[in-house]
Amino acid sequence: MKKLLVLGAGTAGTTAVNRLRPRLDADDWKITIVDQSQTHYYQPGFLFIPFGIYGQRDVERPRSDFIAPGIDMVVGEIELIEPADNRVRMADGRVLDYDYLVIATGTHARPDQTPGFEEGYGDTIHEFYTLPGAMALAEKLRTWEGGRLVVNIMEYPFKCPVAPLEFTFLADWWFREQGIRDKVELIYATPMADVFTKPVAAKHLGHLLEEKGVTVVPDFYVERIDNEKHALVSFDEREVTFDLLVPVPVNMGAEVIGRSGMGDELNHVPVDKGNFLSRDHDNVFAIGDAADLPTSKAGSVAHFAVEVFTENFLRYIEGLSMLEEFDGHANCFIESGHGKGLLIDFNYDTEPLPGKFPLPGIGPFTLLQETPANHWGKMMFRWVYWNILLRGRELPLPAEMMLAGKER
Amino acid sequence: MANQVIAGHEVAVDDEGFMTDPSQWSEEIATVLAKNIAIDTLTDDHWKVIKWLREDFAVEGETATLRRVSTLGGVGTKEMYTLFPKKPAKKMSYVAGLPKPKGCV
Repeated sequence: MKKLLVLGAGTAGTTAVNRLRPRLDADDWKITIVDQSQTHYYQPGFLFIPFGIYGQRDVERPRSDFIAPGIDMVVGEIELIEPADNRVRMADGRVLDYDYLVIATGTHARPDQTPGFEEGYGDTIHEFYTLPGAMALAEKLRTWEGGRLVVNIMEYPFKCPVAPLEFTFLADWWFREQGIRDKVELIYATPMADVFTKPVAAKHLGHLLEEKGVTVVPDFYVERIDNEKHALVSFDEREVTFDLLVPVPVNMGAEVIGRSGMGDELNHVPVDKGNFLSRDHDNVFAIGDAADLPTSKAGSVAHFAVEVFTENFLRYIEGLSMLEEFDGHANCFIESGHGKGLLIDFNYDTEPLPGKFPLPGIGPFTLLQETPANHWGKMMFRWVYWNILLRGRELPLPAEMMLAGKER
Repeated sequence: MANQVIAGHEVAVDDEGFMTDPSQWSEEIATVLAKNIAIDTLTDDHWKVIKWLREDFAVEGETATLRRVSTLGGVGTKEMYTLFPKKPAKKMSYVAGLPKPKGCV
């Protein structure tokens, strides 16, 4: 009996086992998935919690609800991966051996990587990348009377690259609703030269920030937080002061990846960007945010990537060459406040462009423009996530990005 | 894409003047590129970063980020800002004859 071991039951890991189980003979293949917690979070929903749009119940479900029958679920902390011996050691002493390993342990917010972050956390510093963080921020905003709100990206890459923009747009909308927008100064500090990494989208999104009265501080790479001055301090000694700081913390892959000597400088696993095979071990793959792919760390990427991975894996175990090449396809709704949203669709080679999606010329979604339909797409996506995507069912969208419907 | 004569050698560069073929690079060219961005003398500390960047690129096929250099290359981020002021990631790769690091989305 062959053993497939998947580490991490988030978006990528869960979707992968659910897609593979019906296609691998149960008499020949045992599939095991491991996670340290019982709860699956709908992470895109964290963004809405600070503004009271979603609550805790909207974003969590038991992981076991989404793991198809015929798959073993192991809950526990992973101590060490030993790829030379094809086994994984658990913190409780269990040893799981495998023929093939799929690493899907994600990427995680690491406030400890920025000096001063933890000292001010929960007081003048808040974040929305964890459920407790998002809930504490909701509580803070409820009674906040205004001042300088600074949104800051501490390091690239990070999970959901549009989230800090969305947070800023929503904050502008929310403070208007509360009648205190005139008492709030909104600042967006980023280590990049622009507000987004791709030029056409950067122009559109930069324009939106300007329209909403947000001051952008570019080329600002944070070294530390000075909690006495309430200031972000950059490596080149510039300061941005704040009354309330909402940073995107440094994101890093799971610590076990670093401990096992399998990661890069941020504990992401180096893989072939077309087929996700580890560059160091020929029976190890890394999918989703855990991999070092040069594309967005996002659920949509994980989804498209898993489709490609599934087909390739089924060929690979038969000794056939992997045919499918992942193109880096990402597709993100960007909530922009006031019941509107934008949509971007792009890959390794093609930047986000304007146009209609998914049907060329028709839509219903409009790329790179604010429309109510895009907002409803975003809100409906939560249902799609729980009911279609995680369960490994087909979405009516091809994994490969299409140029049709896009305008240069 | 165009060709430019740098230190007497014809090299391929992109719109922003970044070299597009790392094999055309030489230390002589680096010295000229550095002067273009107001770094008059390349010190041993500059060379340490430049050489590490080129070695890492040869293996990885991508230009290292500041974090990668500070974690694996042994030169601190602060020092890189001193050596290549204001925009170290861009300036380092420019002098090393490598593409500028991709801001991962």
